[in-house]
Amino acid sequence: MAADIALQRVAGARGRGGAVGDFLFHHLTFLFALLVLLILGGVIVALVEGALPALRTFGIGFLFSDVWNPVTEKFGALAPIYGTLVTSAIAMLVGIPVAFGVAVFITEICPIWLKRPLATMIELLAAIPSIIYGIWGLFVFAPFVQQYIQPNLIDSLGQIPGFGALFAGPPLGIGVLTAGFILAIMVLPFISSIMRDVFETVPAILKESAYGLGATRSEVVRQIVLPYTRIGVVGGIMLGLGRALGETMAVTFVLGHAHRISISILQPGTTISASLANEFTEAVGDLYLSSLIALGFILFVITFIVLAIAKLMLLRLQRRAGG
Amino acid sequence: MNVFRTALLGLTASAVIGFGALAAEISGAGATFPYPIYAKWAEAYAAKTGLKMNYQSIGSGGGIKQITSKTVDFGASDMPLKPADLEKDGLTQFPMVMGGVVPVINVPGITAGQLKLDGNVLADIYLGKITKWNDPAIAALNSGLKLPDLAIAPVYRSDGSGTTFIFTHYLSEVSPEWKDKVGENTSVQFPSGIGGKGNEGVSAMASRTVGAIGYVEYAYAKQNKLTYALLRNKDGEFVSPAGSAFGAAAANADWSKTQDFYLLLTNQPGKESWPITGATFILLHKQQTRPEVAREVINFFDWAYLNGGKLADDLDYVPMPENVVKLVEQSWQQIKGPDGKAVWTGRSS
Repeated sequence: MAADIALQRVAGARGRGGAVGDFLFHHLTFLFALLVLLILGGVIVALVEGALPALRTFGIGFLFSDVWNPVTEKFGALAPIYGTLVTSAIAMLVGIPVAFGVAVFITEICPIWLKRPLATMIELLAAIPSIIYGIWGLFVFAPFVQQYIQPNLIDSLGQIPGFGALFAGPPLGIGVLTAGFILAIMVLPFISSIMRDVFETVPAILKESAYGLGATRSEVVRQIVLPYTRIGVVGGIMLGLGRALGETMAVTFVLGHAHRISISILQPGTTISASLANEFTEAVGDLYLSSLIALGFILFVITFIVLAIAKLMLLRLQRRAGG
Repeated sequence: MNVFRTALLGLTASAVIGFGALAAEISGAGATFPYPIYAKWAEAYAAKTGLKMNYQSIGSGGGIKQITSKTVDFGASDMPLKPADLEKDGLTQFPMVMGGVVPVINVPGITAGQLKLDGNVLADIYLGKITKWNDPAIAALNSGLKLPDLAIAPVYRSDGSGTTFIFTHYLSEVSPEWKDKVGENTSVQFPSGIGGKGNEGVSAMASRTVGAIGYVEYAYAKQNKLTYALLRNKDGEFVSPAGSAFGAAAANADWSKTQDFYLLLTNQPGKESWPITGATFILLHKQQTRPEVAREVINFFDWAYLNGGKLADDLDYVPMPENVVKLVEQSWQQIKGPDGKAVWTGRSS
């Protein structure tokens, strides 16, 4: 009924010069959309052009070499690529379960009066600038990790033969694990707020019916809520992953910036974005600068692949769900 | 609300004045290390002459890029350019102000100025060859000091910086192995250790990791009262880092024989010389299209040489010694206008 009235109103507007407005509106929006494409294309062209000298010099080996030596001008991207993927993986490993728990608590279990303040606070986490996370990470969180978490990890998990290599070495405070933790905190609000939004779209009648059949809360979440919302959940996770991959400032502070690949996640490493932030300003020499731009291009490609996989997964899920 | 409006008005007004007085402004870009003192000088100079100096501390690499493409009137770099590179881009350079790099340590029971190190030991620590504080090589330099059986954690600058350049240049100078394996640059591939971002990152890491050693700018070590170590200089004396020790290094250096002031002040002779001293440089085009602007730029730096010493001291930078300033003033004669005449012919007042 309301829709009918709205339609009538639009039709009325049309009668008075609506055609011109429509024409303008149509072309203006098209122009904006085109602008986005142009900017994206421009960025790609600029990155490829800037990266060409490095790619021409090192060839495909650029991707598989972990040497990063500004003195001899030998560069390889393997260490930053590895660091980017590992820190993001840790962030996802820690962040997803927590975000999921938060979202379930807020939508299913939380008393009404606590719901709004809690949700707002979690969303406020997303509003903290990443440089603040970096400084907090360096001065507050890293000492905590160094004193309490890392010694325990080294003494317990670090003693397991084989697997223990992941937790070997002195407790330095900063390193891959700390960076992963910080990233987990940073992506948490993104993932949890999307999960919460989609959880709330589950029709009450479905949940009520399940409860009526005697299902427990965890059964309802696992068998009603999750299947109903999986597309949104995957979307939220991918959004978080995208942020973790590209996050720069916070990681730069707590990662220790070493162009080395260590098996132990307690050791320093580097990511693509941290390398750029650390080295771009003082990079003298064409090949050095070009290698850094090539790193930027690789990050672009990685992010693109992640988004593409996310889209494909969503498509497949949609098809399987028959939607 | 009123305050806000006044501020806004002031901002608009200054923007208008800024555009109106475009001629009375010189611009530069480059190194971050000297930024505090350049800003201080610019403030004092503007109060005296009305000429504004706008300096963007975007890093040496950016400074070199901008002066090469002539988007600024002068560039600034912590790393001197090689004479061949200067020639290629038609640039000239001169040292403006100095600072020193200081090793800081965190070893239980050892206070500032107690531990003695030399260049080779420092290089071996950063090479990962000396891994314990009670290593015989350290003990040999420190008879009487009780050194713990503690692992050494070397900390370096993760971001590219002039500090790293001066430090690695010194290590290359004293240790052939360092020169061979690592070399010198604003950032290098450190064989061991962990990186901290900026002076504050290094000092945070060093002060909370037991057994750490790091290197920071002198001003930073002094203002934050970090535990520094003594270093043995070329003459075999152990010196502590101080303005006078950096000055001695610069005064004892032989500037007259160098081309384009391509001289690094590390490992200079003299009993009092601090071995890891470095200068930061200004870059100018030799061929100027706007001689009046170039003259203003040079006037500014000449004023800073003459009157900026006190301000530099306050911020723990070290002014250039007089004999060096004389040589720099001579070198300015090669900066020429379109008419082929030198743009700067001596102090105007």
